[in-house]
Amino acid sequence: MAYSVSINGKQHSVDADGDTPLLWVLRDLLDMKGTKFGCGMALCGACTVHVDGAATRSCQTALSSVGSSRITTIEAIGETTVGRQIQEAWIAHDVPQCGYCQAGQIMSATALLATTPNPTDAQINDAMYGNLCRCGTYPRIHAAIKHAALAARGPA
Amino acid sequence: MNRRTLLKAGAAAGGGLFLTLGLPPLIRRGLAQQPPMMNTPLLPGAFIRIAPDNIITIVSRNPEIGEGVKTMLPMLIAEELDADWANVRTEQADLDPAKYGFQGTGGSGATPSNWEPMRRVGAAGRAMLIEAAARRWNVPAGECRTEPSLVIHDRSDRRLSYGALADQAATLPAPELAGIKLKNSGQFRIIGKPTPGVDVPAIVTGSPMYGIDVSLPGMLYAVFEKCPVFGGKVVAANTDEVGKMPGVRQVLNVPGDGDPMGQFQAGIAIIADTWWQASKAREKLQVTWNNGPGAGQSSADFAREAAKLALTPAALTTRRDGDVAAAFGRAAHVVEAAYSYPFLAHATLEPQNCTALVANGRVELWAPTQNPSAGAELVGRTLSVPQSAITVHVTRCGGGFGRRLMTDYMVEAAWIASKAGAPVKLLWNRKDDIQHDFYRPAGYHHLKGAVDDSGHVIAWRQRFVTWGNNGAFAGGADVGDDNSPAGLVANYELDVSFIPQVVPTGPLRAPRSNALAFVSQAFLDELAVAAGRDPLQFRIDLLGPPRLLPGAGGGPPGFPPLPGLDTGRLRGVLELVREFSGWANRAALPAGTGMGVACYFCHRGYFAEVVQASVDKSGNVTVDRVWAAGDVGSQIINPLGAEAQVQGAVLDGLAEALGQAITIKNGSVEQENFDGFTLLRHSDAPPIEIRFLTTPYAPTGLGEPALPPVVPALCNAIYAATGKRIRDLPIDPNALKAG
Repeated sequence: MAYSVSINGKQHSVDADGDTPLLWVLRDLLDMKGTKFGCGMALCGACTVHVDGAATRSCQTALSSVGSSRITTIEAIGETTVGRQIQEAWIAHDVPQCGYCQAGQIMSATALLATTPNPTDAQINDAMYGNLCRCGTYPRIHAAIKHAALAARGPA
Repeated sequence: MNRRTLLKAGAAAGGGLFLTLGLPPLIRRGLAQQPPMMNTPLLPGAFIRIAPDNIITIVSRNPEIGEGVKTMLPMLIAEELDADWANVRTEQADLDPAKYGFQGTGGSGATPSNWEPMRRVGAAGRAMLIEAAARRWNVPAGECRTEPSLVIHDRSDRRLSYGALADQAATLPAPELAGIKLKNSGQFRIIGKPTPGVDVPAIVTGSPMYGIDVSLPGMLYAVFEKCPVFGGKVVAANTDEVGKMPGVRQVLNVPGDGDPMGQFQAGIAIIADTWWQASKAREKLQVTWNNGPGAGQSSADFAREAAKLALTPAALTTRRDGDVAAAFGRAAHVVEAAYSYPFLAHATLEPQNCTALVANGRVELWAPTQNPSAGAELVGRTLSVPQSAITVHVTRCGGGFGRRLMTDYMVEAAWIASKAGAPVKLLWNRKDDIQHDFYRPAGYHHLKGAVDDSGHVIAWRQRFVTWGNNGAFAGGADVGDDNSPAGLVANYELDVSFIPQVVPTGPLRAPRSNALAFVSQAFLDELAVAAGRDPLQFRIDLLGPPRLLPGAGGGPPGFPPLPGLDTGRLRGVLELVREFSGWANRAALPAGTGMGVACYFCHRGYFAEVVQASVDKSGNVTVDRVWAAGDVGSQIINPLGAEAQVQGAVLDGLAEALGQAITIKNGSVEQENFDGFTLLRHSDAPPIEIRFLTTPYAPTGLGEPALPPVVPALCNAIYAATGKRIRDLPIDPNALKAG
């Protein structure tokens, strides 16, 4: 059946079964490959997108459940100020190794800073708990989030 | 081996300089599981393109798995080319041994095997650009010099950009690579500068670049169900019913190659219009399996068998020095202990996948692989297609860790695509990935060691119960006669017993060392404690005077053989880590907190690491901080990349020690996903302080050598914190409970 979904500010018509996870709608039906498949069970966070601004695992989000929610993906997160600052911090700290988890990491970090502009270490740990990095980039992710938070506050 | 290398010039498509070269054979060990790919004949390859607009494109021949070669290899060329790095673009090479020589990623080999050859390519390019400018100005080439991407003649105050010279340079004869003068390190402008990964801007914006991201017109998607028991075969399956599921195009009975531990296993493949449809159809799939020889295996039985074997005569004596029994007789302290560690999966975050197009007698593959040559050979053998008809596009890999040295997913994709009449992307799910790996082999060790009354190690006997048959080790389950501390203890014996098994095994980051370092460096700690010695000084004393021990041998002709342990270099990193970790002040740590040390030499690199860990009353371990001291020679090529590799290796080792195990029951793997096979999480990552010693040796790689010491250093820290010795991995908090 056909669904109309709002992704990165644009309405898309998607003809697929309602139980199709948003992850596969994005990747294979709409050819937006930035959102990654890691576990299929919301255990790794590689597929994190924003649903109405909240970090959400798209592998566990059925197409039929999206409704009129606004979906934002890694491809468009740089259009928000916080998203752009996070991406710049990721570049400044040379965060990625293999890079595969980083779209999900960036989506979770952006959702955190959007609601908590100056997070504590504990808040960063909590917000990023669900995003696995197999390469071990956590120290740089942590530093990059702090860097972006500082950048967002602007010159003192 | 004649190491003479040739540089050829020719006009590149679209104009500009086009350099090619021949390469010496590359290191063999570290990739020893893959002999076929090392037989690649030596043929020339192309690395540099200079466009008229001064954009310089440099090809990285090795696959990028997150180790940073796509940045590092072009840095080497760009340095000697004297290119303006800001205008350098890098490109991942397809598999083309005729152009590029060896193209595998593994064994921390990229640095030692490219350090000179890639710089010579760059230097030759620079010489040709200078010659082109000299001819145009009619001045001696010796009067010209370069600044980044510019040739300059000071006496006439003239300058030309590389882009303006490229066409002319391409018509010149090429200099001999061997005779080319290289910069001294004081002249480096790029090497040694912190250089961000070339793909980072594309990664943070979600650009497609991984194997899983490949998309072709008319592409179908496949899933592949293999027998949960390794080597099992299909007896019957409800293929007709599955074939009627929405979107399904074909259901295929894949025969495999019949080897229970081989890279082409039997099973049922489902091809559908989308991967999700194929996965949904798979839920309806019912297969009757013949489980074969692996049925009934279990980790518990393996452990019982290992304990029995340890008491029976060994199958193999790997090394025997002196008289171990006599030394035990005169020892002041004798310690005996049994150690074990489990199978481990690689769990690359990008599940195994490959996209294949088989048409008109040709095979085209898009593969996230560390080992494209081996994949092409396996595919060619399986489909009876000559290598000349196979193209492999090497994609960025979402992690490698040795998993992608095996190319099972490539042959599966190619076989399935050969029946599909369309391009097919085969993608495994996480359960496939965890249950069909080539695992880091488990192992069992029985040790007996002795110190004399002056606190020195005088005897070491080790029985290693591992996997294999009749003296032949299973993949990655071997041990060499250089197994530490061989060569440092006068009375030393290493014996091996084998358990036959049907569990596929293979290299995992720092193969062998990731487990053997745990055993030797943790048991050494037991000896230090028995002797009442400072564990760090105890290690320095064991190393003795600076000298080079014999290597395990190997390495092809024409390439530097793998060296043995340089005791002075290992001592150097121990002394460095002692200094900056505050080792001397460890007695002041609070109760329940301790520091442990370990050191190891592998993959040509030297690391000593100190871990500070705390254990609470429930037995939960917190790693407070890690200090890592490394010696990989005269030059850190990219400090940003080097730091990342050490951080990654340390966290990788901590994850292994703190929670990872693959266990076998009824012939199959019990774990299915990241709930059962755990990775380290954000909040688990401790601060890691890293320092490098600079020593007068050619630079070596960093993908692996920082991993092995962290595992025993953590276990030794836990002992210091609790008085409880970790002899079995992963660490069990229940065993560390207070009281």
